[in-house]
Amino acid sequence: MAITSSAGKGQEKGTSGSFSLIQFMLEGRAFFALIAIIAIFSMLSPHYATLGNFLIMSNHVAIYGTLSIGMLLVILSGGIDLSVGSVLGLCGVFAGFLMQGVTLPWAGVILYPPVWAVVVLTIALGAFVGFVNGALVAWFKVPAFVATLGSLYVARGVALLMTNGLTFNNLSGDPSLGNTGFGWLGFNRLLGMPIGVIELAVVSIIVALMLMRASFGRWLYAAGGNARAAELSGVPVKRVQITVYMLSGICAAIAGLVLSSQLTSAGPTAGTSYELTAIAAVVVGGASLMGGRGTVTGTLLGAFVIGFLSDGLVIIGISSYWQTVFTGAVIVLAVMLNSIQYGGKVKS
Amino acid sequence: MNAPDADARPAGHLDKAEVVLAARNVSKSFGAVHALKAVNFDVHRGQVTTLFGENGAGKSTLMKILSGIQLPSSGELILDGQPIEIASTVEARDLGISIIHQELSLAPNMNVRDNIFMGREIMSSAGVNFAEEERQTRALMRELEEEIDPLTTVEDLRLGQQQIVEIARALSVNSRILIMDEPTSALSASEVEVLFKVINDLKAKGVSIVYISHHLEEALTITDHAVVLRDGEMTAQGPRAEINLEWIVRNMVGENFDLGNPPVGYELGAPALELKGLTVPAASGAGNAVNKLDLTVKAGEIVCIYGLMGAGRTETMECVAGRLHASEGQILLHGRDIGHLSIAGRIAAGLVLVPEDRQRDGLVQSMTVGRNLSLASIRDFTRGVFTNRRDEAEIVDRSIREVMVKTDGPGAPIGSLSGGNQQKVVIGKMLATRPSVILLDEPSRGIDVGAKAEVFRILADHARDGMAVVYSTSEVGECLAIAHRIIVMHRGRIAAQFTDDATKEAIMAASGESLVA
Repeated sequence: MAITSSAGKGQEKGTSGSFSLIQFMLEGRAFFALIAIIAIFSMLSPHYATLGNFLIMSNHVAIYGTLSIGMLLVILSGGIDLSVGSVLGLCGVFAGFLMQGVTLPWAGVILYPPVWAVVVLTIALGAFVGFVNGALVAWFKVPAFVATLGSLYVARGVALLMTNGLTFNNLSGDPSLGNTGFGWLGFNRLLGMPIGVIELAVVSIIVALMLMRASFGRWLYAAGGNARAAELSGVPVKRVQITVYMLSGICAAIAGLVLSSQLTSAGPTAGTSYELTAIAAVVVGGASLMGGRGTVTGTLLGAFVIGFLSDGLVIIGISSYWQTVFTGAVIVLAVMLNSIQYGGKVKS
Repeated sequence: MNAPDADARPAGHLDKAEVVLAARNVSKSFGAVHALKAVNFDVHRGQVTTLFGENGAGKSTLMKILSGIQLPSSGELILDGQPIEIASTVEARDLGISIIHQELSLAPNMNVRDNIFMGREIMSSAGVNFAEEERQTRALMRELEEEIDPLTTVEDLRLGQQQIVEIARALSVNSRILIMDEPTSALSASEVEVLFKVINDLKAKGVSIVYISHHLEEALTITDHAVVLRDGEMTAQGPRAEINLEWIVRNMVGENFDLGNPPVGYELGAPALELKGLTVPAASGAGNAVNKLDLTVKAGEIVCIYGLMGAGRTETMECVAGRLHASEGQILLHGRDIGHLSIAGRIAAGLVLVPEDRQRDGLVQSMTVGRNLSLASIRDFTRGVFTNRRDEAEIVDRSIREVMVKTDGPGAPIGSLSGGNQQKVVIGKMLATRPSVILLDEPSRGIDVGAKAEVFRILADHARDGMAVVYSTSEVGECLAIAHRIIVMHRGRIAAQFTDDATKEAIMAASGESLVA
């Protein structure tokens, strides 16, 4: 649903310029790239184009994809959020910490919160880190790059401190304590779909609706396109900025929960450098790093392009070092095409 | 070539001085807009030729052609009797023509020496020869009698001194012709004096100066030759001995300048906007941009604020709209103090601002015409969390009709519109919020006469329906167009008020445009 409605917006944009094949290919480049990747790997390996493999790959993409959706919101506002990888790690560790039971020495008890409470508290932590980022950017005028770079270090450091560098391996809970079920997020399926994929779909639909139909979406596009003009038109620019960083933090927390559930462990170094993959997905999906331009559909396609490419390389047995090289090349190519697309529009 | 033959030109024979650079029948069109129409312009050796004209008269276009930034559509340039083509600023510099822009083009983070030799560093075998550069810079500063150390960072200098550095840079390439675009607009009185002394020294060295200024009387004190432009045509020229302030104004403004008349035939309502002792600190931190300003605007009234750049018009409007904070004073909207409200709160209360710079503050380039038009009234078509497309389309269609935007439709990119239509979108966006008070900061800037007339007609229509309109302008002809009342601002205060007895000359005089002796 998110995909169909976002595509509608893309068409709206397309009709404004004269229709041509090159324009069409340029606007839908992430989509064509994904088709090309699937076609090429299907020819190279019989194991690639199977339903089972698509679901496995999609489950991988769910992590990056969720981070990218949050990143898209921040990038639309004209900012950047480098802290998402660390927040993902911190939130995973925090969830693991809660699953071990919280000791309250002054009360002499150990609390074992149920899984739903763990999920809520973890998401609240993600939102809190996002709020700090947003407040630094909106109120204290710290450049987004620097503010979130700081959070990247702080969040990672706190995660390491919480575990002393070790990993929580027991997340399954205890039936007698009533806190079982954490593994559901990573392993269960609904109607054959992994929970991670469903989670990504739900997040995408909510964000897509918000961007296209809610007044908040309009505020965000305006604030990212021209903050001064938006402010003079009565858009609460600062509130918009803080909100997008909080939403990005929440997305990172969700991704952290899903990842630690998939891995059945919560390590403090989880998600290292994931922020770069998330930024790459947003950029490959056609968003402008200057803010104001980008869609959920594009970002999802970007995440799938990167995910399906790297998994495909693994399947056909190419060294993981080559994956890094290919990913880099795809990002540069995407940004180059972005400049052609937006540069051309400005000139015309 | 430029031998110091100052005493060969006694004051009485100024107009006989040799023409060093001439423009013959120069025209320049931008699409359908004719910025210059067959202009003839002479620059006399060792003299100051001043170019007068309102905004949009074609002064800067002419200067850009002389300095190689733009090529003329037709006509020719003659340097020392030879027809030439100046295709770039580098070529102009090689020919000895330099321009000092209104906005300084220095790198503020670098020192004076490096700025002066930027792009043409003196090289030796061991790299840049800083010692030689410094020596030449010192010599230049001595010549200009300015105590500026070559190693001072430019941002630490006062604006006037930065102006001097620009001049030094122009001199360091042996400029014979120096074009100065509004050099005094940012200078204090004493700095202006220094600048004029420098100009006189340059004249004595045979350097020809082309001077542009809005300060008419100030310009008159140093000019040797005046040329007046209006709507891209040269309307008059003459040597200093034959001209005076009244002559300039008459030729600048013209006699038949009609943008409409103030709407009449209805009673003004209760006070809609009242400013009481409004004081806004200057952005630079020194002094106040607006100083204890009192102003009352009634419902249905159109008030024009006239003033020079830096008179405090923009600051007043931005403070009333909520962008800047007042250090003192009250802002009352229909009797209610709105000083504590945010910009959004003031828009909801019925007070809107159409900003001065529509590209920077008015439009979101990445959004369509329709979305720009509806940007300020999103709350009006939001139900619960989601926006309602039908309600939005209604608001957008009504706005497009009301302000008569010429566009392919609401889905067209905002960049596809002409300047005048873009301005109408900014005005339409704010009118869509159904305000009771509208402030417009230079609404006519950079748009053609037809679009200007339409903008003024829209404002007059709304005033008749009871809206209070305050607009600012730096073009005196526009004050007289539709305003019921004209406020002249000078250095953050109201210098004069006119109702229907205003004349262009009186307005200009009150604004400080002619420095009252």
